[in-house]
Amino acid sequence: MEMPTPDASVMSRKAQIVERLSEVLPRDAVISDERETRAYECDALTAYKCPPLCAVLPANTKQVSDVLRICHEMGVPVVPRGSGTSLAGGALPTADCVILGVAKMNDVIETNYDDRYIRVQTGRTNLSVTGAVETNGFFYAPDPSSQLACAIAGNIAMNSGGAHCLKYGVTTNNLMGVTMVLMDGTVVQIGGAHLDAGGLDILGVICGSEGQLGVVTEATLRILHKPEGARPVLMGYDSSEVAGQVVTDIIKAGILPVAIEFMDRPCIEATEAFAKAGYPMCEALLIVEVEGSDAEIDAQLKLIMEIAAKHNPVELREAKDADEAGRIWLGRKSAFGAMGQINDYMCLDGTIPVSSLPFVLKRIGEMSKEFGLDVGNVFHAGDGNMHPLILFDANKPGDLELCEDFGAEILKLCVEVGGCLTGEHGVGIEKRDLMNVQYDPADLEAQMAIKDIFDPAWLLNAAKVFPLNTSETRRAA
Amino acid sequence: MTPKTETELAQMIAGANGPLRIKGGGTRAIGHCEGDALNTSAMSGISLYEPGALTIVAGAGTPLAEVEKVLAAENQRIAFEPMDHRALLGTKGEPTLGGMAAANVSGPRRISVGACRDFMLGVRFVDGAGNIIKNGGRVMKNVTGYDLVKLMTGSYGTLGVLTEVSLKVLPNVDCVGTLRLHGLTDAQAIQALSAALGSPFEATGAAHFPKGPAGDPVTMLRIEGFEDSVNYRAGKLTSLLKPYGDAEMTVDDGAAWTDVRDVTTFADQPGNVWRISTKPSDAAELVSRIDAKAVQYDWGGGLIWALTDEGRDLRSALGTFDGHATLIRGTADVPTFHPEVPALAAITTGLRAKFDPRGILNSGIMS
Repeated sequence: MEMPTPDASVMSRKAQIVERLSEVLPRDAVISDERETRAYECDALTAYKCPPLCAVLPANTKQVSDVLRICHEMGVPVVPRGSGTSLAGGALPTADCVILGVAKMNDVIETNYDDRYIRVQTGRTNLSVTGAVETNGFFYAPDPSSQLACAIAGNIAMNSGGAHCLKYGVTTNNLMGVTMVLMDGTVVQIGGAHLDAGGLDILGVICGSEGQLGVVTEATLRILHKPEGARPVLMGYDSSEVAGQVVTDIIKAGILPVAIEFMDRPCIEATEAFAKAGYPMCEALLIVEVEGSDAEIDAQLKLIMEIAAKHNPVELREAKDADEAGRIWLGRKSAFGAMGQINDYMCLDGTIPVSSLPFVLKRIGEMSKEFGLDVGNVFHAGDGNMHPLILFDANKPGDLELCEDFGAEILKLCVEVGGCLTGEHGVGIEKRDLMNVQYDPADLEAQMAIKDIFDPAWLLNAAKVFPLNTSETRRAA
Repeated sequence: MTPKTETELAQMIAGANGPLRIKGGGTRAIGHCEGDALNTSAMSGISLYEPGALTIVAGAGTPLAEVEKVLAAENQRIAFEPMDHRALLGTKGEPTLGGMAAANVSGPRRISVGACRDFMLGVRFVDGAGNIIKNGGRVMKNVTGYDLVKLMTGSYGTLGVLTEVSLKVLPNVDCVGTLRLHGLTDAQAIQALSAALGSPFEATGAAHFPKGPAGDPVTMLRIEGFEDSVNYRAGKLTSLLKPYGDAEMTVDDGAAWTDVRDVTTFADQPGNVWRISTKPSDAAELVSRIDAKAVQYDWGGGLIWALTDEGRDLRSALGTFDGHATLIRGTADVPTFHPEVPALAAITTGLRAKFDPRGILNSGIMS
């Protein structure tokens, strides 16, 4: 993965930069010792590492503004960082950058149950947002798998999703307002406790902009009352075509489950060996979850079971209680860990039209043979968001590159069938050089024009999202 | 000018010598702008509909009625129920998909399922320099690059002319129930609606009329779904709302919600119509500041429709508040859209200059 050559003139001014930053931040909030900056050398895409020039951990919007103003004046690149759980390399540093971490900013500023929102500092983790409101029966809906660790700042940067977004939407659908600091230090309030923008939907373009437009320091998030209950049903089928048809039939019947999860045979085998969830050995397994009161759940599951039964399942199991529900989810929730037991893996998240599922799985199986690398598929089937896990051996020379080539072919296939490169992880550096597959030059030009307005000098996280040769003249200017 | 294709549109815009006034069905004439009419009606037709994937793609000029008809045949619908502005604004013509998207038009169900912008999956458009641009696509989860889909939705044609829209749709429902409470003050009504919306019993509409059809205050909640579920939730909500009186429940076609959606009670009354988005618990106090001729609350109090005397600057009466006010109908010597704070206005101006460097697209409308 190519990264821009670090700016020697910035590197040579490290001492001055650290000194200026130390003037506006507490002593322990500026990290410049090489042994310590190493802690920020990568995110969850661990294949790529580069220690930053230094890292800063501001505690509030004012300090973020001071840091950005100084970096702007001194022409220093900045890479914002949430909790560093990005699978796409969104927080990968360059050697000449200041890492701006929001980890110290984790306060709840305000909760309002009448108006159903919470205002937090964005270093707060996703799960602890729900933690702050759950005693009152409320929750924050977007639930990325990394929710125990990932920060709201990163969720906003990547427009994170989760398993339950078929019903509740992704981050952008649950974000009401932000306080954001622009690269020149200007603080902007966008949105608030009201709905929808009065002018252009600038909040909509900030969410998912991968930390390239500004640093979001505070967020107003929509909270909802928890449903009375939720229960899943598990079904196994002999082919992915049939499983795909079941998903379509459920949706066509007017039922909107909160989650429809899909696993293929390699993934089922791996999770069974690892978590012993009692899954049937078959080609395709579906977990479908619905919400409501007990009676409402019974009624919906009855309809779902009827549809499922029509397609000759090898297994059909309804959770009658929380214990059975837990066992049904156990394997799915262990899937990544189980694959990780077998080998290193790369997790992609291309999205496809649901109708293309059987074709895409068949092609992935064929490519797996061509590349000689195993792949397991977990899939948010309701919304077409795939998660192929490609297994490789990081210690074997050339295996990572082979895995990346395989991954790129899968993502090209996703675009070919009418889908996209990334459904919830973001582009980062991982899919940066594939952007031309999905977008024409004019499409990318329109996106880069937006960055020109927010960050004319292209100092914020500039080596991400856009292919380097596409963004070169802007970054060099 | 009525381009038949996207390429033709791009040529027309690139070759334009003066301002262009973009027109879909012409039913949502909000704000005023000058220029030659650029009609999108010929870029019409549904190009893809996959009921099993809850996705529809159509030309921007496609009549909304055509889309709704096709969806209904598969028992699906546009869940955010876009308002029909014709009665309120006294306009004629056929609302189009592009017009709906350009104005981010949602209805009462916005409080539960989200706004038009939340259902927009992809757009194709031509910017002010004549470039053809696409963003998003036809899948529900897509974080590939910046989200220009949201930016275009609600941009009133000031950044580009939409040519194609891709939309997420949802299943239709079996049964619609409406709960009504009578005689509440505005503040009480909003508290009651907040209690309902903050419960697990999923209301899909939450409105309040200080003067209902019989002249007394009426507070309304809509419950939708399978019949047993509707009855169950209506029962639960009735108990929950006991402190606010005895709720009465009706199950019908939900036609009363069309009136909420289209603000029909203001249709035949003279005066300016303002649309105010705010924090629900601030709404009643805000209304007390403005001396309106009539008001209607939607979105649990988060959306206020106010009928006022012509020529009045409602914003000066509102003062500073969490939200924004748009002049939907009438005249006053004030901007149609809520003025932005300087830092945000600078971003808006910058974006418009990038996407429409000559300032020819709907130029007077959003500034």
